[in-house]
Amino acid sequence: MEKRFMKGCEAIAEAAVRGGCRFFAGYPITPQNEIPEYLSWRLPEVGGAFVQGESEVASINMVYGASASGKRAMTSSSGPGISLKAEGISYLASAQLPAVIVNVSRGGPGLGSIQPAQSDYLQATKALGHGGFRAMVFAPATLQEAVDVMYDAWEYAERDRGPVLVLMDGCLGAIMEEVTLPPMKEVNFNNTKDWCLARVDGREESHMITPILPEPALEMLNKFKGMTYKGWEMNDVKVEEYLIDDAEYVVVAYGIAARVAKEAVNTLRAEGIKIGMIRPITLYPFPKMSLDGLDYDKVKGIIDIEMTIPTQMRDDIELQVKGRCPVYEYGRSGGMLLDDEGVLSAIKEFIKEGE
Amino acid sequence: MPDYKRPKSLMPMATSYCPGCMHALATRLVADVIGELDQVNNAINVVSVGCSALNLYTWAGDVIGSAHGRAPAVATGLKRCLPDRLVFTYQGDGDLAAIGLAEIMSAANRGENFTVIFANNQTYGMTGGQMAPTTLIGQKTTTTIYGRDPETTGYPLQMCELISVLKAPVFVARYALNSPKGVADAKKGIRKAFELQMAGKGFTFIELLTNCPTNWGMTPLQTLEYMNTNTIPYFKPGIYKDKEGEA
Amino acid sequence: MITINQLMCKGCGYCIKFCPRHILEMGKERSQKGFFYPVNIDADKCTSCAICALMCPEGAIEVTSQAK
Repeated sequence: MEKRFMKGCEAIAEAAVRGGCRFFAGYPITPQNEIPEYLSWRLPEVGGAFVQGESEVASINMVYGASASGKRAMTSSSGPGISLKAEGISYLASAQLPAVIVNVSRGGPGLGSIQPAQSDYLQATKALGHGGFRAMVFAPATLQEAVDVMYDAWEYAERDRGPVLVLMDGCLGAIMEEVTLPPMKEVNFNNTKDWCLARVDGREESHMITPILPEPALEMLNKFKGMTYKGWEMNDVKVEEYLIDDAEYVVVAYGIAARVAKEAVNTLRAEGIKIGMIRPITLYPFPKMSLDGLDYDKVKGIIDIEMTIPTQMRDDIELQVKGRCPVYEYGRSGGMLLDDEGVLSAIKEFIKEGE
Repeated sequence: MPDYKRPKSLMPMATSYCPGCMHALATRLVADVIGELDQVNNAINVVSVGCSALNLYTWAGDVIGSAHGRAPAVATGLKRCLPDRLVFTYQGDGDLAAIGLAEIMSAANRGENFTVIFANNQTYGMTGGQMAPTTLIGQKTTTTIYGRDPETTGYPLQMCELISVLKAPVFVARYALNSPKGVADAKKGIRKAFELQMAGKGFTFIELLTNCPTNWGMTPLQTLEYMNTNTIPYFKPGIYKDKEGEA
Repeated sequence: MITINQLMCKGCGYCIKFCPRHILEMGKERSQKGFFYPVNIDADKCTSCAICALMCPEGAIEVTSQAK
């Protein structure tokens, strides 16, 4: 295990390489440019390929082609670019091709701002593209967690053969932290993948990868994927539950917002307030059980804290709270960052309201 | 004369193309050449959207369907990861010359080492005959019912001419499939493009002038003459760039 | 000598038009698929030049050189 002090974007790029990534295509957009910049020289070092695409649209389709070869492929972008990639992501889902997509998100809508925000939650979890499909969405809160998520992202992508999204934000992309880098994975591209176009093990019969299917086959695929998504909810939810056993107030926050919120929780605990936090690490599948299973005889309020206005995770929270207590929301938006004082005073306001 | 056998890269059944459609002819030509070059198990057909997508059900070798216009991007990713495979895109004119302009020009400019087979029939066949970027001036389509008017729709895009001015492409040529001479030449051109690719020389582009009896509202035989009098004078067949030949 | 696969032929007529010896014509019967298809009216004159096969969109024509 190797420790390094790294910038977020570079840390996840290195983690991707160590996780077996051998192809990257992307288009410059702030605040994720250090990912393509890093991979442009790093991938050739390990026998991989880097292509700077002519657009996000082209880049995601290059990833589609690369993935069809059986190699581990990824792209990265930020909100406006992820919108452009929506086409290709949907095609990946349809053709059942694994890929990892990183969104280092920024303020929106539109060109928005280039500063960090969490405004792409709904896009990530509900509508990554047309046609009705889901992707696992990981939202790390520390660089170590981001490294670990990237390292294993293809295991999920290849297991269920589809796109996996890593949702970061501009803060995580830009900060520097110490990370422990895992060892380089030995990925054998040539003996396990019967779905790819590589003629593995001297295979004679040809193979078709298609994003279009006859209607009955498409319905079968839809049904099969529906079962897969259900399976995620059973087996793949990742969540951090922090001080919730006796909590009267529960903050729900993910990614960078959760780091700020955790500070507030610690401060309030020191003041004697029974408050805890639920931090979804997988935004999809959403940690339904964590919220549904709270003791609502005790819990007086849920506080959704996100770096976007209006908050977007609130719908998913309310579906689990089912009206058993009030749900409050606080956020900053447009590239304006959450800060300790703002979050703390907002939570105190909600608690006063609840009492 | 050598015997002629149906190529192995085609499914052993009729295509889904309309009677007389030169998409079928173009596909068969590519399959012929792949058979002759003994690449049946090595070739990958990157299929696009439009009538060209019917290749998914016609092609018996390795095949991958791609999004509308994006076949050159898909082929880029594929070929970079599988450099020893013979990779070609099969695209129509709406796909390549309208929605996919950025992808085709950029792939050509990067000199990606794959081949583009471009079937140009001057209409959107699959969607019912709308105006394509290549539709001829005055040609009637379902979105230009009085004929294409350059005042509002511009002029038919000549892709060989556009691509041949780029530095990277090594072979750019156009052939008309409405005569045995044109078809025989096209076959030679496809063969040359594939051979260049297999030698790692770079980007090769083959435009095939084709027809659309259904949406042109003609019998297959009528389209042959129409192509002589209308299509060929504007889209002139010939070799537009031959880097290896010049060297 | 040529053989025309009736299951693949769609009756476009290219082979008839381009046969240099004019030995093909459109038949009077329909195939299983409902298309008229070409028939070889003078097989002895066939030189196996394969132009019919070259022009056939469907690859429905196969050519074998006649053993003399």
